[in-house]
This record gives sequence, structure tokens and C-alpha cells, in this order.
Amino acid sequence: MLKPIITLKDIAVTLGGEQVLKNFNLTIGDGEFVTLLGPSGCGKTTVLRTIGGFITPDAGDVFFGEQKITDVPPHKRAVNTIFQKYALFPHLNVYENIAFGMRIKGKKEDEIRRTVNEMLHMVNLDGMARRGVGSLSGGQQQRVAIARALANEPKVLLLDEPLSALDLKLRKDMQSELKKIQQAVGITFVFVTHDQEEALSMSDTVVVMDKGQIQQIGTPIDVYNEPKNAFVADFIGESNILDGTMVEDYLVEVAGQRFKSLDSGFGTMAPVDVVIRPEDIDIVPTASSAAHVAGVVTSVTFKGVHYEIIVDVDGFKWMIQTTDSAKVGDRIGLALTPDDIHVMARSEYSGKFGDYSSFSEEMGMARLSSGKEADDA
Amino acid sequence: MKILLKIYTALLFVFLYAPILVLIVFSFNDTQTSSRTQFSGFTLRWYERLFEDRYILEALFNTLLIAVVSAVCATVLGTLAAVGINRLKKLPRRVMMNITNFPMVNPEIVTGVSMMLLFVAATGLFGGKNLGMWTLIIAHITFCLPYVILSVLPKLRQMNPNLYEAAQDLGCPPIPAFFKVVLPEIMPGIITGMIMAFTLSIDDFVISYFTSGTTQTLPIYIYTMTRRRISPEINALSTVLFVCIMALLILINVRQSKAEKEQREKGDAR
Amino acid sequence: MRNNKLICAPYTVWMTLFIIVPMGLVAFFAFTDRSGAFTLHNIAQVGQYSNVFLRSIWLGAIATAVSLLLGYPLAYIIARANPSRQSALVMLVMLPMWMNFLLRTYAWMTLLEDNGLLNALLTAVGLPRLHMINTAGAVVLGMVYNYIPYMILPLYSVLTKIDPSVIEAAQDLGADSKKVFLKVIFPMSMPGVISGVTMVFVPAVSTFIISKMLGGGGNLLIGDLIDMQFLGSAYNPNLGSAISLVLMVIILICMGIMNQFDDGEEVGGGMLL
Repeated sequence: MLKPIITLKDIAVTLGGEQVLKNFNLTIGDGEFVTLLGPSGCGKTTVLRTIGGFITPDAGDVFFGEQKITDVPPHKRAVNTIFQKYALFPHLNVYENIAFGMRIKGKKEDEIRRTVNEMLHMVNLDGMARRGVGSLSGGQQQRVAIARALANEPKVLLLDEPLSALDLKLRKDMQSELKKIQQAVGITFVFVTHDQEEALSMSDTVVVMDKGQIQQIGTPIDVYNEPKNAFVADFIGESNILDGTMVEDYLVEVAGQRFKSLDSGFGTMAPVDVVIRPEDIDIVPTASSAAHVAGVVTSVTFKGVHYEIIVDVDGFKWMIQTTDSAKVGDRIGLALTPDDIHVMARSEYSGKFGDYSSFSEEMGMARLSSGKEADDA
Repeated sequence: MKILLKIYTALLFVFLYAPILVLIVFSFNDTQTSSRTQFSGFTLRWYERLFEDRYILEALFNTLLIAVVSAVCATVLGTLAAVGINRLKKLPRRVMMNITNFPMVNPEIVTGVSMMLLFVAATGLFGGKNLGMWTLIIAHITFCLPYVILSVLPKLRQMNPNLYEAAQDLGCPPIPAFFKVVLPEIMPGIITGMIMAFTLSIDDFVISYFTSGTTQTLPIYIYTMTRRRISPEINALSTVLFVCIMALLILINVRQSKAEKEQREKGDAR
Repeated sequence: MRNNKLICAPYTVWMTLFIIVPMGLVAFFAFTDRSGAFTLHNIAQVGQYSNVFLRSIWLGAIATAVSLLLGYPLAYIIARANPSRQSALVMLVMLPMWMNFLLRTYAWMTLLEDNGLLNALLTAVGLPRLHMINTAGAVVLGMVYNYIPYMILPLYSVLTKIDPSVIEAAQDLGADSKKVFLKVIFPMSMPGVISGVTMVFVPAVSTFIISKMLGGGGNLLIGDLIDMQFLGSAYNPNLGSAISLVLMVIILICMGIMNQFDDGEEVGGGMLL
């Protein structure tokens, strides 16, 4: 475990009469790239603003290393923030924006000049120093915001959905660039997003949040492969979530069949949620001995790399992603291996996710766009 | 149809400007009988008289003094108030906005009369001087305040609220952060508010009339002049004021369009 | 972030002292006699002046209606002009406002007099002279002249914000230009109408200068009445306060009625500049 740099202990925050965080605990290690991931309103921005000092928690404490900073005002904290809409100072040019923090600290002019130029070089904005910030594109403004924050030599950089205002192509470029910058400067990044793909591809550690609570903390691979509950399984990637029963250790019953499993410790005959990722399922002829369950294809969508096939198995609709094609109305068999079956304890989210019976393209779009709304809590 | 609209527009502007034009023309009218209908020769006599008139000059001085003092006070007080109101929660903000809007919808004469009652009561209670300069300044600050607040508030609302936080985030304590970041952002609103306060103060008659005691301001002096009915000096005064205002407005307009042009060029540079 | 209340405090104190307390004093004077004892006599006395109240409201309403009818087309023309001409036209509308309104009204005195410029013009073209000064018509004219910019500017600022594509959509859906105006433009400009009507009606109803200068002695308005009680011959602040109070109530009622036509929340004079 890395040396902790930020610790939140039993934090409670109420905003506008609503309890956003309650008994919130989180430890962030020095030099980590941590992502807070969750739907809008889950409290992730509130966590960030608490670390930044813009929200004073009703209860609990914030620690910076060993030192308690709960009551330290924002301007005295060694953390800097990249705001969602960048918050560049419109009356100052690029140079003066980046120099702002150093001027307040009373640094010498030639040191300021050196640092600003270094920063401009790092974010690929050489020669733009005298431009007004109003004349920059979204991506350029983003880079200035990063340069401005890093010029202040923070120990921790907080990023509040910094890429949400950029278009898809630029967003991808900035993702890898941010990761590179983080590795170059070697400081802790705390990144807030609602985009699971962004979270998985950038982070060392992902913190999945919902309703002001941490649902799971882990590496991107962990949270994808070993989701703790139905919420995490559904929020990160696509999943078929089925009711199952843990017959005994390493043996689970799901969809009317018993499967070997890699999980244990749930007790005997315990009700559980079972996650099967769409890409882990193979389709085989119903007659094949490999077929564990059989169903009727209700929809087939070509996605480029693979087909997305919805299969009705006794009323429960499965999603399958496969390079093999099938036709609507075909009766096909589904093959599973113990590796594909992940067992989770029952939670408040059980039964809410994972059935694709209402799935259609429009629904998928609606979900995508609602997820894109700003997280203003 | 088009021509009809043009004629209509032209007539309306004639309606708006003809009286002013008449005033100006007759300020140069050389006549002994002070006839206001016949133009009997060019003279600058009324202008000479105007600038020799001790009372007018004193009234002018008073007006400018009151306008400067009350515009500055109203701007400072109003900007602070706007910043405060902007941060209030919904309900108290509503209350404050209603108080702010009240003097703007209340008939001026009622505002004037009510303040007169207050000042008379105050001099009765605390002794003190009669109504005059100080009551005028208080009254002017009061009726200018809402205009300042209403021109600053929209700028505060337009501002990205993260700006103030960003400055603090970069190590700037709250109060310097306000001056370094928030103030430059809302400056246009503050300046508009100050100009409005200044012109409103210079122009005010009704409220001044009830709160001035024996102190003369220019509008009050104009009022006493109109009561004497025939005095071409008024025409001269009108002309001088009109020319000053025109010059000021043209200046502001030129500056504005220049700034806009620069903005546009900056935008094109992308 | 924490000293919000402190920032607002000076303003709150100021407005309390110089707006709320004076209004309280008006109410106090209205309900007391000269010795300070409670009485309803003043309010009752206001009834004697109902003809003055009716005249003020009547003339104010006419002036407001005329301003609306004259001002709306101009506001619309300005809003549809190309941007560079728009600002020039707005300037032209505003410019007379910057001239002291006593002087503007004085100008009309010289024009309307029995041997004034307009009558000279009439005789020159062989028409009989008209008696115009010191009539109710002159008072309405003065009101329209002084306050019409307050009608045009809010109308303009609302009309100019109407998205042209909304009008195109209406045309696309089969509305002719008359229907477009009645069904789309006018309803959308309602906030401007309301704020314009308020900004003309309130000062017109409560004026005392215009009636004094253009109306002679025969066209007494509420404003003159109040003036007389405080600074005039009929010195009686108690009665004056009572009249002021009634005037305020009338205006509040009128504005309440006006606001019924508006779904928006904020009506006020904030759109001047």
C-alpha cells in the first residue's frame, strides 16, 4: 500500500438540505491516479470539493498526509483543482493565467517566466503565451487550466470531469495525455467522471460510487472482473445479472443448472447474484454438449467488431457479444465456463439491473445521454 | 407598406425631437419682447447671461457634487449588496430583491414625500440642520442603489462561479481573490451602474424637490425658472446640456463599438 | 463564503432606514391627526378628491394606451432593422430622455401656447387658432412625450430577443403575417408590454409637473394634490400622507392586475440600459 496523502474520515456533507455524503471514508495513496466514478448526483464532485476545501463537512475530518486540514481554507491547501468549465480568468492572457498562483506567492519574475514556459511546453502550447483565453479552443483552454494548476506545484491535482466538454476524438487524446502528464510529474491525480471507459483506461484505482456511498474500490481490472454488487456490474460494462443460489463453496445454481464456480464463502444454499459478461458467452448449436442453456434470438445488432445478440431464455433476456452471427428467431445454445461466472452477494441493487428485456437502441441512447449530464451535487 | 412605415418612423422622431430643436433655435433668438414665436435675429446674449448667473452656477456646482458623491457611494454600497444578494439562498434573496425593486416601482412623489417626512422627523428629534445638502445626498444614494444592484447582479450571475474558487485554489486568500478575479469580471456592470446613478442623480427633480430644503440643484432651479414662464436663458441652458449629453453619448458609443470590433477581431484570430 | 450576511448588512440597514422607515412614517401620518392621535379622518377626506383620482387614472391610462399604440410599431421596426442601425435607432429614442424632463416639458409650453409656435404655424397656413395649452389634451401629450421611450425600450429589448426561426416556423405552419403577429409575436412580447405599461403608467398617474406646466390650474392631478399638502398652500402632511397611501394602493392594484397577464416572474424597470 502506498503512503496515504489524502484521507477522508467519517465525512458527512449536507447540501441544500440534502444529505449528500454520510460516514464517507476514503484513503488516497501518494502518486496514485484515482478515479471517482458514478452517475450524476452520486456525490463524487462533493468528495472532490471537500478535498479542495470548497465544502466544509458537517462532520468528519480531512487529512493531508498526517496533518488534519478540515478547517484549512482552499488557498492554503497544497491541492489544486481543474474545474469542469476550466474557470480560466477571462481578463488575463494565457501567460498571466498560468503565472497567477506564482505571482501570489511572490515568486521572482524570471522564475515565473521559466516555469510558465516549461508548463506551456508540457501541455503543447508553446508560443501561445500572449493569446487571450477567450480566443482558445476548448481543448486549448483545458491545457491552460492544467498548466495553471501544475505551475502551482500541487501535491494533489483534483480534476472535476475535465474532459466532459470536449468532443469524443479530443477526449481520447486528452485521456492519454493526462495519463502521460501524471506519470511525468509524479503527483496524485484525483479524477471525477461518469464515463466508465475513461475511468478504466486512465486509473490506477477506481472508486465506484452511488447514492453518496462507495460501492467498490479496486484496480480497473478488479472492478470489471470482480464487481462487488449488481450496481457495479451494471455500471461498468454490460452484464447479464441473474438470480442464483450458492449451493456450496465452488458450486452455484443459475438458470436451472449447476455450474462450477471459482467463488466461495457465501455459505450453503445462499441466494446470490450471478454476473455473466456478454463477451464471455459463446453460442453453440442447441444439440451441442457444450450448450448449457438454450434460447431464441430476439434481436441482432451489428456493432463493427462484434454482433450484439439478445437471446430469450425462458423469459429472461441475455445479451451476448460475439463475432458469430445468428438470425432473429434462431434457437441457439449458450456455452459457459466456470471462469465466466462471477458470484456476488445480494444487495439493495439486486433485481434492478441486468435483464435486457427492455433493451433497444433508443433505450441505450437515452441511458448514455442521461449519464452525460453534469454531476452538480 | 414600406414607405408608410418609414413615414411613421420619421414622424415619431419628429415628435421626439421637434421640441428640443425649437428650444435650441430660440436660444439664439435676439428679441426684446421675449417673444417665443418670432425669430428676430441671432444673438449669444442668453448664453452670456447664463454664465454670469451666480445662482445657476451654484446650482450646477451643487448638482455635480451631489451626483459624484451619491454615485460613488451608491456604487460601492450597491456592488457589495449585489455580491451579498447573489450568495443568499432563495428566500432571503427574494426578500432583498423585493426591497430593491420597491423604490423603482413606487411613484417617485411618494418616495420623495416619505423621505421628507423622515428628514423632518429626524431634524425634529436630533436637532441638527435643516434639510439641504446632506438630505439630498442620502435621498440620491437611496434611489440610485437599486439601479446599481440591477446592473451588477446579472454580471455576477453570468460569471463562472468557479472563477472565485479557482483563484483561492491557486493560493489567493478570499478578499484579494475577489479584487483580482471577481471585480474585473463584473467591472462593466459596475461602470454601467455608476453612470446610471450619476445621470439619474443629475436629472432628478421630484425627489430632490421634496428633500432639498432651500438648497438649489439645477433641476430645481430650472423649475423656478419655468414658473417665471418667459426666460430665454432656459433655452440656452437646454442647448448647453443637450450638446454636453450628445458629446458624452457619442464618446461612449465610439468606445463601445471600438471594443466590440476588437473583440470580433480577437474572435476571428481563432 | 461565510460572511454573506456581513456583506449585505450595510445595504439592509440603509434600505431599512431610508425606504422602509419612511414608508412607515407615511402610514403613521395618514392615520394620525396633527397632535399624533389615531384618526381615520384623513383617509375619509381623500374621498372628497375622488374626481382628481379619477382624472389622474383616466389621463394616465390614455397616455399609456397612446404610448403603447405609437411605441409598439417603432419598437418592432427597430428590432427588425439590421444590427448596426438598431443601436443607432435605440440611441435616437433614448437621447431625448437624457434631457431634463422639465426642459422637455417647457419646450411644449412654448409650442402649445395660444400665441405659440404651433398656432403661428396654423395661422400661416390659414387655419384658425386652437386653444391647446392648459387643456387635458396637453397634459396627455406631455405624458406621452416624456414617457414614450420607457414604452419603446422594454418592448424593443423583448422583441429583439425573439428567435427569427420561431417566426419562420409559424410561417412554415401556414400562418400569414397577421396571424404570425397575433399568435406568435405579440404573445411573446407580453413581458415587454407589461413592463412598458408599468413604466409609463406609474409616473404618468403620479406626475405633478406636467399638469402644472401644461394643464394650467384646471387639470389638477393626484401629484399636485400631494405637492400642495407638503410644500404648497394647503399645508397638511397628514392628509398628504393619506393621499400618498391611497395612490400607492391604487398602483399596487393596477400592477397586480397587469401581472395577471404575465406568466413570467420578474417585472420591473431593469431593462432600461
